[in-house]
Amino acid sequence: MDILNALIVFLNFVFVPGLAYGAQLALGALGVTLIYGILRFSNFAHGDTMAFGTMVTILVTWWFQSMGINFGVLPTALLALPFGIAVTALFALGTDRVIYRFYRKQKAAPVILVMVSLGVMFVMNGIVRLIIGVDDQNFTDGERFVISAGDFKTATGLAEGLAIKTTQAVTVATALIVMALLFWFLQKTRTGKSMRAFSDNEDLALLSGINPDRVVAVTWIIAAGLATIAGVLYGLDKSFKPFVYFQLLLPIFAAAIVGGLGSPIGAIAGGFLIAFSEVMVTYAWKKVVTYIVPESMAPDGLLQLMSTDYKFAVSFAILIIVLIFMPTGLFKGKSV
Amino acid sequence: MAEPFLIGEAMTGGYGGADILHACTIAVEKGQIAVIVGPNGAGKSTAMKAVFGMLKLRAGHVKLAGEDITALSPQARVAKGMGFVPQTHNIFTSMTVEENLEMGAFIRRDDFRDTLAQVYDLFPVLKQKRLQAAGELSGGQRQQVAVGRALMTQPKVLMLDEPTAGVSPIVMDELFDRIIEVARTGISILMVEQNARQALEIADKGFVLVQGANRFTDTGAALLADPEVRRSFLGG
Repeated sequence: MDILNALIVFLNFVFVPGLAYGAQLALGALGVTLIYGILRFSNFAHGDTMAFGTMVTILVTWWFQSMGINFGVLPTALLALPFGIAVTALFALGTDRVIYRFYRKQKAAPVILVMVSLGVMFVMNGIVRLIIGVDDQNFTDGERFVISAGDFKTATGLAEGLAIKTTQAVTVATALIVMALLFWFLQKTRTGKSMRAFSDNEDLALLSGINPDRVVAVTWIIAAGLATIAGVLYGLDKSFKPFVYFQLLLPIFAAAIVGGLGSPIGAIAGGFLIAFSEVMVTYAWKKVVTYIVPESMAPDGLLQLMSTDYKFAVSFAILIIVLIFMPTGLFKGKSV
Repeated sequence: MAEPFLIGEAMTGGYGGADILHACTIAVEKGQIAVIVGPNGAGKSTAMKAVFGMLKLRAGHVKLAGEDITALSPQARVAKGMGFVPQTHNIFTSMTVEENLEMGAFIRRDDFRDTLAQVYDLFPVLKQKRLQAAGELSGGQRQQVAVGRALMTQPKVLMLDEPTAGVSPIVMDELFDRIIEVARTGISILMVEQNARQALEIADKGFVLVQGANRFTDTGAALLADPEVRRSFLGG
């Protein structure tokens, strides 16, 4: 029995990666849920908006690196992030002006807008692959670890090490700051309140003199910002590959729907729920269990519920269970 | 006689297709209460919406303080001093009472704390519940939020579409009292009411609509006394 080492293994392989992944999903789901609440459709292009924003950030990062600019121990990409957000926001506003606005004026049904966003998704998909290619891009620099496994072992004298990557710490810290800012904006500012009013009751918002064009524009800017931040954090933590971002759409939507579409709190809770479920179901628990149970009962198998290849099945399963038993999600969002 | 403060004159129109209103005229004087009554499907709410610009008129016009506003959008009419309380979906359910009132004042760029205090004076229960989500309130309280929201722009005319729909008789009396209080501050009130008798009792002017046209138009008291109106519309 060695609870302490079991705990360290758990933290190292399940909790810390899950926390970082959850923060990335939560930021992505916040963008999806905002678009759903205000523009009233599921934006399938959100995953590729993340890829687009990350691509711009990577290009600016490379440019900075070529000029010798860096951010010390932190990744240079954080310096490039504001540029990525700005370009992505302009792109989103342009897409809205050229495409979505046309359908909004026609008062198109939500399902039509979903199909339109699917088209936008393919176009963005193509643009990103044309510009940066389909390959893996690694753009992380700066210090690699906050605590490395080796340092942790020498410091504590334990058999197991706990490694915290800089990118994981940056992810969680950035996500917390962004979420706090977003909630402050939505709860306290006049524009934020008008966005909530518009999401709650569009007709009454119009009657109250709230300018719908402004609300829509601010929503796109915020969604583009959230998508870029989520994408860059994910890319720093793992690596950037357009196809992977396209695949992220599923866990992000699962997170938004599980939390309750239109509910920002729900998106965050959903993000962490999906992330931890994915990590826990696909983790091989053998090492943790070996530390806890007496030696004679040590397991032979890996104790892995599902191979990591099936991690998307976890999102799907949670999505289906929630839709059957709580169609409006955990935080009473709009029904799908 | 001078022209009424707000008048929708000889309004004809509908939601596309057949006309619902046929040369219907609705008017209210400054600081008075005008009530639109009539059987179900008479076009009462439609007449109200037409006055507020939520319906395209084929003929007729709407004038506010002598100015022709027929071509203005509902939002522009709010800016001109008209407040409208829809019959349903008239509050932001997920927002607090205070936020609802703030959203009512959205077009105002000046300090609206005085108006907020006035609304709280008029509806003290709203002050108590100001940090509660409006969707958690009772039916009568929700109506107070809805009326309060419309009052936040300091309108000259307040239009109410069936303010007492779905509230208990006691709450209804209370709401009518409040509406009279609002009228006393100089705000004209135009309302559609299902409870014709009580509404006409407080009305300076009553419009009885049948099939989208004016049937009877008189003071509230005169309509209540009219045997034909009593027999046909007030149940004897």
